[in-house]
Amino acid sequence: MRRMFVILGATFFVAFLIGSLFELEPAAVSLPTKVADNMAVSGVEHPVTAVLLNFRGYDTLLEIAVLLSALVVILAAGIDTSTEVRPSVDPVVKTLARLVAPVMAMVAIYLLWAGAFRPGGAFQAGAVLGAAAVLLHLSELIAGWKSPKVMLRLGLIGGFLIFLAVAAAMLVHGALLEYPLDWAGDLILLIESGLTISLGLILAGLFLFLTRDDGGRV
Amino acid sequence: MNMETLFDLLLAFAMIWSAWRSLTVTRLDRAIVMFIVFGLLVAIAWVRLSAPDVGLADAAIGAGLSGALLLDAYGVFKRRET
Repeated sequence: MRRMFVILGATFFVAFLIGSLFELEPAAVSLPTKVADNMAVSGVEHPVTAVLLNFRGYDTLLEIAVLLSALVVILAAGIDTSTEVRPSVDPVVKTLARLVAPVMAMVAIYLLWAGAFRPGGAFQAGAVLGAAAVLLHLSELIAGWKSPKVMLRLGLIGGFLIFLAVAAAMLVHGALLEYPLDWAGDLILLIESGLTISLGLILAGLFLFLTRDDGGRV
Repeated sequence: MNMETLFDLLLAFAMIWSAWRSLTVTRLDRAIVMFIVFGLLVAIAWVRLSAPDVGLADAAIGAGLSGALLLDAYGVFKRRET
Protein backbone atom coordinates (compact mmCIF):
# COMPACT_ATOMS: atom_id res chain seq x y z
CA MET A 1 0.00 0.00 0.00
CA ARG A 2 2.76 2.40 1.05
CA ARG A 3 4.76 1.39 -1.99
CA MET A 4 1.84 2.28 -4.26
CA PHE A 5 1.71 5.80 -2.77
CA VAL A 6 5.44 6.29 -3.32
CA ILE A 7 5.20 5.12 -6.94
CA LEU A 8 2.14 7.31 -7.51
CA GLY A 9 3.86 10.32 -5.96
CA ALA A 10 7.02 9.78 -8.01
CA THR A 11 4.98 9.45 -11.21
CA PHE A 12 3.16 12.72 -10.51
CA PHE A 13 6.44 14.46 -9.77
CA VAL A 14 7.99 13.22 -13.04
CA ALA A 15 4.88 14.32 -14.96
CA PHE A 16 5.10 17.73 -13.28
CA LEU A 17 8.80 18.06 -14.21
CA ILE A 18 8.15 17.09 -17.83
CA GLY A 19 5.18 19.48 -17.96
CA SER A 20 7.19 22.38 -16.58
CA LEU A 21 9.88 21.81 -19.22
CA PHE A 22 7.31 22.70 -21.90
CA GLU A 23 6.48 25.93 -20.04
CA LEU A 24 10.08 27.19 -20.14
CA GLU A 25 10.50 30.56 -21.79
CA PRO A 26 13.06 30.92 -24.58
CA ALA A 27 16.50 32.03 -23.37
CA ALA A 28 17.03 35.80 -23.28
CA VAL A 29 20.43 35.55 -24.97
CA SER A 30 20.98 33.24 -27.91
CA LEU A 31 24.34 31.69 -27.00
CA PRO A 32 24.83 29.70 -30.23
CA THR A 33 24.69 32.89 -32.32
CA LYS A 34 27.08 34.65 -29.93
CA VAL A 35 29.56 31.77 -30.27
CA ALA A 36 29.14 31.70 -34.05
CA ASP A 37 29.77 35.47 -34.24
CA ASN A 38 33.02 35.17 -32.29
CA MET A 39 34.41 31.99 -33.88
CA ALA A 40 36.86 34.05 -35.96
CA VAL A 41 38.74 35.31 -32.87
CA SER A 42 38.78 31.98 -31.01
CA GLY A 43 41.77 30.40 -32.79
CA VAL A 44 39.93 27.09 -33.40
CA GLU A 45 37.19 26.00 -35.76
CA HIS A 46 35.04 23.77 -33.54
CA PRO A 47 32.52 25.71 -31.42
CA VAL A 48 32.68 23.33 -28.44
CA THR A 49 36.47 23.60 -28.20
CA ALA A 50 36.23 27.37 -28.62
CA VAL A 51 33.83 27.60 -25.69
CA LEU A 52 35.77 25.19 -23.46
CA LEU A 53 39.28 26.53 -24.02
CA ASN A 54 38.73 30.15 -24.98
CA PHE A 55 35.40 31.76 -24.15
CA ARG A 56 34.90 29.82 -20.92
CA GLY A 57 38.51 28.75 -20.30
CA TYR A 58 38.13 29.60 -16.64
CA ASP A 59 35.63 26.76 -16.16
CA THR A 60 37.98 24.24 -17.77
CA LEU A 61 40.86 25.46 -15.60
CA LEU A 62 38.80 24.87 -12.47
CA GLU A 63 37.57 21.52 -13.80
CA ILE A 64 41.07 20.09 -14.08
CA ALA A 65 41.83 21.53 -10.63
CA VAL A 66 38.80 19.69 -9.22
CA LEU A 67 39.91 16.38 -10.78
CA LEU A 68 43.42 16.91 -9.46
CA SER A 69 42.17 17.59 -5.94
CA ALA A 70 39.98 14.47 -6.11
CA LEU A 71 43.13 12.45 -6.80
CA VAL A 72 45.05 14.26 -4.04
CA VAL A 73 42.26 13.37 -1.60
CA ILE A 74 42.55 9.71 -2.63
CA LEU A 75 46.31 9.84 -2.06
CA ALA A 76 45.81 11.65 1.24
CA ALA A 77 43.45 8.91 2.40
CA GLY A 78 46.35 6.54 1.94
CA ILE A 79 47.06 3.85 -0.61
CA ASP A 80 46.37 0.34 0.56
CA THR A 81 49.58 -1.46 -0.33
CA SER A 82 48.31 -4.91 0.55
CA THR A 83 47.98 -7.00 -2.56
CA GLU A 84 45.76 -9.90 -3.35
CA VAL A 85 46.73 -12.74 -5.61
CA ARG A 86 44.31 -13.33 -8.41
CA PRO A 87 44.15 -15.89 -11.18
CA SER A 88 46.66 -15.08 -13.92
CA VAL A 89 45.45 -13.51 -17.12
CA ASP A 90 44.86 -15.45 -20.30
CA PRO A 91 47.84 -15.01 -22.69
CA VAL A 92 45.39 -14.19 -25.49
CA VAL A 93 44.14 -11.20 -23.48
CA LYS A 94 47.72 -10.10 -22.87
CA THR A 95 48.60 -10.23 -26.55
CA LEU A 96 45.39 -8.38 -27.45
CA ALA A 97 46.17 -5.68 -24.87
CA ARG A 98 49.67 -5.32 -26.32
CA LEU A 99 48.16 -4.84 -29.77
CA VAL A 100 45.33 -2.51 -28.73
CA ALA A 101 47.22 -0.17 -26.36
CA PRO A 102 49.35 1.56 -29.05
CA VAL A 103 46.24 2.01 -31.20
CA MET A 104 44.46 3.61 -28.24
CA ALA A 105 47.39 5.98 -27.76
CA MET A 106 47.11 6.93 -31.43
CA VAL A 107 43.34 7.46 -31.13
CA ALA A 108 44.02 9.74 -28.16
CA ILE A 109 46.45 11.83 -30.21
CA TYR A 110 43.97 11.97 -33.08
CA LEU A 111 41.15 13.10 -30.75
CA LEU A 112 43.42 15.80 -29.35
CA TRP A 113 44.36 17.06 -32.78
CA ALA A 114 40.81 16.78 -34.15
CA GLY A 115 39.45 18.85 -31.25
CA ALA A 116 40.36 22.03 -33.12
CA PHE A 117 37.80 21.49 -35.86
CA ARG A 118 35.46 18.59 -35.00
CA PRO A 119 34.17 16.71 -31.93
CA GLY A 120 37.09 15.62 -29.79
CA GLY A 121 39.52 17.39 -27.54
CA ALA A 122 41.64 17.06 -24.43
CA PHE A 123 39.07 15.50 -22.15
CA GLN A 124 38.10 12.71 -24.55
CA ALA A 125 41.72 12.07 -25.49
CA GLY A 126 42.68 11.91 -21.82
CA ALA A 127 39.86 9.46 -21.13
CA VAL A 128 41.11 7.15 -23.90
CA LEU A 129 44.66 7.35 -22.51
CA GLY A 130 43.39 6.55 -19.04
CA ALA A 131 41.38 3.61 -20.35
CA ALA A 132 44.51 2.30 -22.14
CA ALA A 133 46.44 2.37 -18.86
CA VAL A 134 43.62 0.56 -17.06
CA LEU A 135 43.53 -2.07 -19.80
CA LEU A 136 47.29 -2.59 -19.52
CA HIS A 137 46.99 -2.93 -15.78
CA LEU A 138 44.11 -5.40 -15.94
CA SER A 139 46.06 -7.57 -18.36
CA GLU A 140 48.98 -7.43 -15.90
CA LEU A 141 51.35 -5.61 -18.19
CA ILE A 142 51.87 -2.66 -15.85
CA ALA A 143 51.77 -2.75 -12.06
CA GLY A 144 49.41 -0.75 -9.84
CA TRP A 145 50.83 2.53 -8.57
CA LYS A 146 51.75 2.06 -4.96
CA SER A 147 53.74 5.25 -4.52
CA PRO A 148 53.80 8.14 -7.01
CA LYS A 149 57.35 8.86 -8.15
CA VAL A 150 58.62 12.28 -9.17
CA MET A 151 57.93 11.78 -12.89
CA LEU A 152 54.39 10.61 -12.20
CA ARG A 153 53.74 13.55 -9.87
CA LEU A 154 55.01 15.95 -12.53
CA GLY A 155 52.76 14.34 -15.13
CA LEU A 156 49.73 14.55 -12.85
CA ILE A 157 50.08 18.27 -12.16
CA GLY A 158 51.71 19.21 -15.50
CA GLY A 159 48.48 19.97 -17.37
CA PHE A 160 47.16 22.18 -14.61
CA LEU A 161 50.49 24.01 -14.28
CA ILE A 162 50.75 24.66 -18.04
CA PHE A 163 47.18 25.92 -18.08
CA LEU A 164 47.83 28.14 -15.07
CA ALA A 165 51.12 29.43 -16.51
CA VAL A 166 49.47 30.36 -19.82
CA ALA A 167 46.55 31.98 -17.98
CA ALA A 168 48.95 34.01 -15.82
CA ALA A 169 51.13 34.97 -18.77
CA MET A 170 48.07 36.47 -20.46
CA LEU A 171 47.83 38.97 -17.60
CA VAL A 172 50.71 40.86 -19.24
CA HIS A 173 48.57 41.50 -22.31
CA GLY A 174 45.33 42.24 -20.53
CA ALA A 175 42.94 39.92 -18.83
CA LEU A 176 43.33 36.39 -17.44
CA LEU A 177 42.95 33.73 -20.17
CA GLU A 178 42.49 36.27 -22.96
CA TYR A 179 44.64 34.91 -25.76
CA PRO A 180 46.10 37.23 -28.41
CA LEU A 181 44.52 36.49 -31.76
CA ASP A 182 47.68 35.31 -33.53
CA TRP A 183 48.67 32.77 -30.89
CA ALA A 184 45.24 31.58 -29.80
CA GLY A 185 45.35 28.34 -31.82
CA ASP A 186 48.88 27.40 -30.71
CA LEU A 187 48.24 28.24 -27.07
CA ILE A 188 45.05 26.17 -27.06
CA LEU A 189 46.92 23.22 -28.59
CA LEU A 190 49.68 23.57 -25.96
CA ILE A 191 47.15 23.67 -23.11
CA GLU A 192 45.20 20.76 -24.58
CA SER A 193 48.33 18.61 -24.97
CA GLY A 194 49.22 19.17 -21.33
CA LEU A 195 45.65 18.53 -20.25
CA THR A 196 45.47 15.28 -22.23
CA ILE A 197 48.51 13.77 -20.53
CA SER A 198 47.49 14.94 -17.06
CA LEU A 199 43.87 13.87 -17.49
CA GLY A 200 44.96 10.47 -18.77
CA LEU A 201 47.23 9.99 -15.75
CA ILE A 202 44.63 11.30 -13.29
CA LEU A 203 41.85 9.09 -14.65
CA ALA A 204 44.21 6.11 -14.76
CA GLY A 205 45.33 7.02 -11.24
CA LEU A 206 41.75 6.87 -9.95
CA PHE A 207 41.94 3.20 -10.92
CA LEU A 208 45.59 2.28 -10.46
CA PHE A 209 46.02 3.88 -7.03
CA LEU A 210 42.88 2.23 -5.71
CA THR A 211 43.20 -1.21 -7.19
CA ARG A 212 44.35 -4.02 -4.92
CA ASP A 213 45.64 -6.41 -7.55
CA ASP A 214 49.34 -6.97 -7.46
CA GLY A 215 49.55 -6.71 -11.26
CA GLY A 216 52.75 -6.65 -13.25
CA ARG A 217 53.40 -10.34 -12.72
CA VAL A 218 54.52 -11.22 -16.20
CA MET B 1 5.96 7.62 -37.40
CA ASN B 2 9.33 7.86 -39.09
CA MET B 3 12.42 5.82 -38.33
CA GLU B 4 14.15 8.47 -36.23
CA THR B 5 11.26 8.87 -33.82
CA LEU B 6 11.03 5.10 -33.55
CA PHE B 7 14.74 4.86 -32.75
CA ASP B 8 14.50 7.62 -30.14
CA LEU B 9 11.53 5.96 -28.46
CA LEU B 10 13.35 2.63 -28.44
CA LEU B 11 16.45 4.30 -27.02
CA ALA B 12 14.46 6.04 -24.28
CA PHE B 13 12.74 2.80 -23.37
CA ALA B 14 16.02 0.86 -23.34
CA MET B 15 17.63 3.50 -21.11
CA ILE B 16 14.85 3.36 -18.53
CA TRP B 17 14.78 -0.44 -18.70
CA SER B 18 18.55 -0.83 -18.21
CA ALA B 19 18.59 1.72 -15.38
CA TRP B 20 15.72 -0.12 -13.67
CA ARG B 21 17.39 -3.50 -14.14
CA SER B 22 20.76 -2.31 -12.82
CA LEU B 23 19.02 -1.14 -9.63
CA THR B 24 16.72 -4.09 -9.06
CA VAL B 25 18.63 -7.15 -10.26
CA THR B 26 19.86 -9.22 -7.31
CA ARG B 27 23.20 -10.42 -8.69
CA LEU B 28 25.88 -7.73 -8.43
CA ASP B 29 27.78 -8.72 -11.58
CA ARG B 30 24.63 -8.45 -13.69
CA ALA B 31 23.81 -5.09 -12.11
CA ILE B 32 27.27 -3.81 -13.10
CA VAL B 33 26.90 -5.04 -16.67
CA MET B 34 23.49 -3.36 -16.88
CA PHE B 35 25.08 -0.16 -15.56
CA ILE B 36 27.68 -0.28 -18.34
CA VAL B 37 24.92 -0.88 -20.89
CA PHE B 38 23.06 2.10 -19.44
CA GLY B 39 26.18 4.25 -19.77
CA LEU B 40 26.59 3.33 -23.44
CA LEU B 41 22.92 4.05 -24.15
CA VAL B 42 23.28 7.47 -22.49
CA ALA B 43 26.27 8.14 -24.76
CA ILE B 44 24.11 7.30 -27.81
CA ALA B 45 21.40 9.59 -26.43
CA TRP B 46 23.92 12.45 -26.27
CA VAL B 47 24.82 11.84 -29.91
CA ARG B 48 21.10 11.88 -30.80
CA LEU B 49 20.85 15.25 -29.04
CA SER B 50 23.64 16.37 -31.44
CA ALA B 51 26.23 16.66 -28.66
CA PRO B 52 28.87 14.14 -29.84
CA ASP B 53 31.52 15.78 -27.61
CA VAL B 54 29.57 14.96 -24.48
CA GLY B 55 28.77 11.53 -25.90
CA LEU B 56 32.48 10.70 -26.37
CA ALA B 57 33.36 11.75 -22.83
CA ASP B 58 30.36 9.93 -21.38
CA ALA B 59 31.16 6.69 -23.19
CA ALA B 60 34.75 6.79 -21.95
CA ILE B 61 34.10 7.86 -18.35
CA GLY B 62 30.52 6.82 -17.62
CA ALA B 63 30.57 3.41 -19.22
CA GLY B 64 34.27 2.58 -19.54
CA LEU B 65 36.19 3.81 -16.53
CA SER B 66 33.47 3.61 -13.88
CA GLY B 67 32.39 0.22 -15.24
CA ALA B 68 35.97 -1.05 -14.93
CA LEU B 69 36.21 0.34 -11.37
CA LEU B 70 32.93 -1.33 -10.39
CA LEU B 71 34.01 -4.66 -11.88
CA ASP B 72 37.36 -4.39 -10.07
CA ALA B 73 35.58 -3.73 -6.77
CA TYR B 74 33.28 -6.67 -7.44
CA GLY B 75 36.31 -8.88 -8.04
CA VAL B 76 37.81 -7.86 -4.68
CA PHE B 77 34.51 -8.58 -2.90
CA LYS B 78 34.20 -11.97 -4.50
CA ARG B 79 37.75 -13.05 -3.71
CA ARG B 80 37.29 -12.03 -0.09
CA GLU B 81 34.17 -14.12 0.23
CA THR B 82 35.78 -17.31 -0.95
